[in-house]
Amino acid sequence: MNSLFKPRQMLWLIRIHFLEIIREPGVLFWGIGFPILMAMGLGVAFSQKKEMVRTVAVVQQSNCSVDTNTLYQTVLEAKELGNVVFHFQKTEWPDAMLLLKRGSINLVIVENEKGRQYHFDPANPDAQLTFLMLSRMLNHPEKGKERSGKEEILPLTVSGTRYIDFLIPGLIAMGIMMSSLWGISYTLIDRRSRRLLRRMVATPMRKSHFLLSLILVRVAMNGIESVVLFIFAHFVFGISIEGNLPALVLLFVSGNFAFCGIAVLLSCRTANTEVGNGLISAISMPMMVISGIFFSYQHFPEWILPMIKHLPLSLLADSFRALFIEGAGMTVLSLPMAILMAIGFVTFTTGLKLFKWN
Amino acid sequence: MPFQGLTVYTFLSMLPNNPSSASVIEVQAVHKSFRNIQAVRGIDLIVHEGEFVALLGPNGAGKTTLVEMIEGIQVPDAGEIRVLGKYWKGHAEELHPHIGIALQETRLIDKLTVTETLSLFASFYELGKKRVAETLSLISLTEKKDSFVLHLSGGQRQRLALGIALLNRPRILILDEPTTGFDPNARQEVWSILLNLKKEGKTALVLTTHYMEEAETLCDRIYILNQGTILKQGSLDDLLGEERTKTLDDLFREWTGRHLHE
Repeated sequence: MNSLFKPRQMLWLIRIHFLEIIREPGVLFWGIGFPILMAMGLGVAFSQKKEMVRTVAVVQQSNCSVDTNTLYQTVLEAKELGNVVFHFQKTEWPDAMLLLKRGSINLVIVENEKGRQYHFDPANPDAQLTFLMLSRMLNHPEKGKERSGKEEILPLTVSGTRYIDFLIPGLIAMGIMMSSLWGISYTLIDRRSRRLLRRMVATPMRKSHFLLSLILVRVAMNGIESVVLFIFAHFVFGISIEGNLPALVLLFVSGNFAFCGIAVLLSCRTANTEVGNGLISAISMPMMVISGIFFSYQHFPEWILPMIKHLPLSLLADSFRALFIEGAGMTVLSLPMAILMAIGFVTFTTGLKLFKWN
Repeated sequence: MPFQGLTVYTFLSMLPNNPSSASVIEVQAVHKSFRNIQAVRGIDLIVHEGEFVALLGPNGAGKTTLVEMIEGIQVPDAGEIRVLGKYWKGHAEELHPHIGIALQETRLIDKLTVTETLSLFASFYELGKKRVAETLSLISLTEKKDSFVLHLSGGQRQRLALGIALLNRPRILILDEPTTGFDPNARQEVWSILLNLKKEGKTALVLTTHYMEEAETLCDRIYILNQGTILKQGSLDDLLGEERTKTLDDLFREWTGRHLHE
């Protein structure tokens, strides 16, 4: 009776937490259906057009006498570009930057007396591809090198890849956050408001078993939701994971640990579900907006970027992206994982200290 | 310090942590305040093995606070509470298996069936399917065993809560207003279960209520509470004394100017 671990008790607690989830269609929809719908909607919108239009800003400085209309016509007439269509937008530098920030373009060409400058983010494969195609066409031997002067690349720090590549890891990270915060915090607050926590602790139930079972079920659900979303993205959008599996598992665990800790801290005192809703939204919504889930946070002012980058959702989303897209391993990911674990440890222990069972 | 209702049992409860074998709950000079409100003011109370005791009083009399202290949920500001001869502090793990409680307005998990709910609580006591089936029968919910809690009536939910409290065959059963807001039929169903339990004589009951009939029907002794103190205590006969034509509510109104059901 006094053993530290009571398997029967633990199994029943795990079982009821699962039953509650699978018997609530809304939970399944928001956990599994919604991310897939979002991936489908945004992915189709951005990745599956019949014609891939690449819009490029062209800035012709006053000291350049080159006839850019004729020059770029060679590209527009090119047949070897497949379904890629270029659209050149003549503009001034400030407007080009604005287009870049809005995500309308990912490359700016500046023509001046010294030659041609390509301004783009070298870490952005989409921009790289645009550059490679353009530079090849603009320097095609048969078309003739239309102008003299030096070509150079001037890097711009602007995020953006194939959008779905960027989106899916972010959606997985966001799913872990939302599922942990709502699944754990709301459940605890609801149980407290129903006086069910109080009733349960008036039995020989171990409090540790109750919390552990709730967290285990949530982590398992997060795993299922993430795998389902990944499989969908893999078969529909060709998303793959470049990194290794142990790093992925460790990253998943550290992300879950961070958000489970935050969830326990958020729900440690209140018995009012409306206050709980507010608390959860106050934490999750700003992170959803600024942590670069849907669009890069690089557009935020420089001074705030270090803070944004260290938010738990940013750390998790960036690490998933690094692992998925760049094949980042343990070396690169160990620091964000350590920070996530530290966030989880601090919030979880603080939450437990303040936890109100009655 | 007010020291009302001093009996031989309160004397016994003053002995070191080794009380009379006949008493299962001993409350001595207990006080509890919430901010500026004195919810319980120096209450003494004794419950014997197998005895059914009612705490009768209007809303705000301190009944729930008192039982929550007996249940170990609240800690008294002053005074002592011993359950089965033990203080709660340091002995919760030993005491929980012997106590069954049904709190006021506990809402169980809607999307679990009756059987699943009982099985969950049975797992806390290391009890198996057999005891779950027995309890289902005891609370007359066998036909509803596969229904979600969500689909039970108020009376059925209260019987389920009572079943949870009885799963571990407790030596002490504590029920906080178990039939408040119920129609007479639903109340009778709960009373019937409790009267059967009384016949067995193995469980002591502490029941809070503001229904005088409930206290009269079920309990051996009645403590009448008002504003955090015990106004009177004794059997129904003791309390009514010579005034047989009156009810407890009539007497309560004479004593306090208020009705029990306020």
